[in-house]
Amino acid sequence: MSRFSVGGMIELEGLTKRYGEKVAVNNLTFTVRPGIVTGFLGPNGAGKSTTMRMILGLDHPTAGQVRIDGKRYDQLKDPLTYIGALLEAKAWHGGRSAFNHLLCLAQSNGIATNRVREVLETVGLTAVAKKKTKGFSMGMGQRLGIAGALLGDPRILMFDEPVNGLDPEGIHWIRNLMKSLAAQGRTVFVSSHLMSEMALTADHLVVIGQGRLLADTSMADFIERNSRSYVRIRTPQRELLLDVLHTAGIMAVQTGDGALEVDGSKAEQIGELAARHGVVLHELSPQQASLEEAFMQLTAESVEYHAHADAVPGGQQRPPGQERQSWGSEWRRS
Amino acid sequence: MSTPQPPMPQTAAPNWQAAPGSSYPTYTSPIPVVRTHLGHALASEWTKIRSVRSTMWTLGVFVLLVVGIGLAAAALVAANSADGGVGDENPLSLGFFGLLLGSMCIITLGVLTTASEYGTGMIRTTMTACPSRGRVLAAKAIVFFSVAFVVTLAASLVVALADVSMLDAREPTGQEWLKGTVGISLYIALLGLLSLVVGSIIRHSAGAITIMIGVLLAPLVIALFMFSESLQDLQQALFEYSIPNQLSVFYSQSLSSSGPSGWDPLWIMLVVTAAAFAAAYALLEKRDV
Repeated sequence: MSRFSVGGMIELEGLTKRYGEKVAVNNLTFTVRPGIVTGFLGPNGAGKSTTMRMILGLDHPTAGQVRIDGKRYDQLKDPLTYIGALLEAKAWHGGRSAFNHLLCLAQSNGIATNRVREVLETVGLTAVAKKKTKGFSMGMGQRLGIAGALLGDPRILMFDEPVNGLDPEGIHWIRNLMKSLAAQGRTVFVSSHLMSEMALTADHLVVIGQGRLLADTSMADFIERNSRSYVRIRTPQRELLLDVLHTAGIMAVQTGDGALEVDGSKAEQIGELAARHGVVLHELSPQQASLEEAFMQLTAESVEYHAHADAVPGGQQRPPGQERQSWGSEWRRS
Repeated sequence: MSTPQPPMPQTAAPNWQAAPGSSYPTYTSPIPVVRTHLGHALASEWTKIRSVRSTMWTLGVFVLLVVGIGLAAAALVAANSADGGVGDENPLSLGFFGLLLGSMCIITLGVLTTASEYGTGMIRTTMTACPSRGRVLAAKAIVFFSVAFVVTLAASLVVALADVSMLDAREPTGQEWLKGTVGISLYIALLGLLSLVVGSIIRHSAGAITIMIGVLLAPLVIALFMFSESLQDLQQALFEYSIPNQLSVFYSQSLSSSGPSGWDPLWIMLVVTAAAFAAAYALLEKRDV
């Protein structure tokens, strides 16, 4: 396992977790690198939290392994100063004060009491340090969890859905925090089910669905590949317009709701063509497929909990660019 | 969502391409690296047990029960016995009722020490901070046992001294003093430790407390309803090995022909607790947190 000489690597090899018949995590292999924010993206129930728990040695993998700089988590002699984790919200005793909660964590790793005050200051909970965590709002709870992750000033940080329950100011803060932690050369591994959130923070993207790896790519590549633009056209003279476009060598695709779509930013060209041939247009609008849609397209088959299963006419993956019937229209409904 | 999305901000210029292979500057924490050991886990568990109110409640009620009932019993006996004495009886035995009731508080605290972490989700934080699961269980056991023993010893000592001074009875022998204070405190603390271990196995506070109260009382109650001749031996055994009877052995000087006597209850509880501890440890290692 000494393929890498640099520290702060999380390496997953064929990581699998089964609960009876159900496969929660299916043969995951990827590496999380230092110096960048790696986004861990997937719909609810995709296996993100299970994967993170296996990284932390809380759950035993059914097969495969996960190594942190070549070691299993339980082989780390100084776990909190090596890797800090924000697990699901409120993983603590509500009757204990924030200070005492962090103190017992610090003591278990021989971290000085002073550091508890430092991290409370960092996350902005100093004023309520002596208050019972039971009364904390969700946002305060997230901050306390983040304080716990930062306690050991570790080189690897894992955050499971960190923006959950945070207010806009808190979201802004956690985004900047993650970026600055990565800029210091730390490994930052953050899970989310929101593509838009990841687009703002992550440099690298690992996408899973139903426990399987769907993408392991840089954010830049993902954006380039997926945020393609197209023109949406509605006209009462569809056949005529299709002929005109065909003659001009422009490929148009019919969508389910009777509109046409043309790849690329050709709105001006289409408008001029239509005017020249006297075609009436009701709509001519440049569109851009959002990353969110690209993400949903990617995970379409693996979404476990559909909101309106009957309203979604299958989620079959179409090869990109072919017979694209109203890109993502089914997702808008669900 | 159907609105056109503005181009993605490119501010977070990905420098990830530089990451693999080359000597990337990894973050080095200024916090000194400490090789953690049992001492750290003990300090952590001590902070945990003293920083929740349930500890204060259970131990407060425990002391109240043991001392209150112990003194009340002594006062009653002193007032009602004809010549103000209890004859040849061991005067320390009046602490029995308080300790029997109080042991439920110790059971509750023992269960809560482990099981409540599963209820709150704290266990994940605990096991992340200390991945050595055996060390966590050992630290909890040591801290809880020490607290339970010291508190029980203090409470039973107060009651014993009060009983001896209030009653016109014979002076207990050294052996009786030892069994009636240190011995019974070890036994109660072990009973609490067994509860802690059961809490770790069951992972559910209410369930584990119910089981332990069943263990405490059921054999005696069941024995009371065994009228059949054919079950007489079983009834006898259930009665003699029930926890209340084992507690009373610490006060009796009589060596009955059957059942536990002398220091036997302590060894019985020690063996049972050790076996349960081993099972809890094996399960802890095997199961997911």
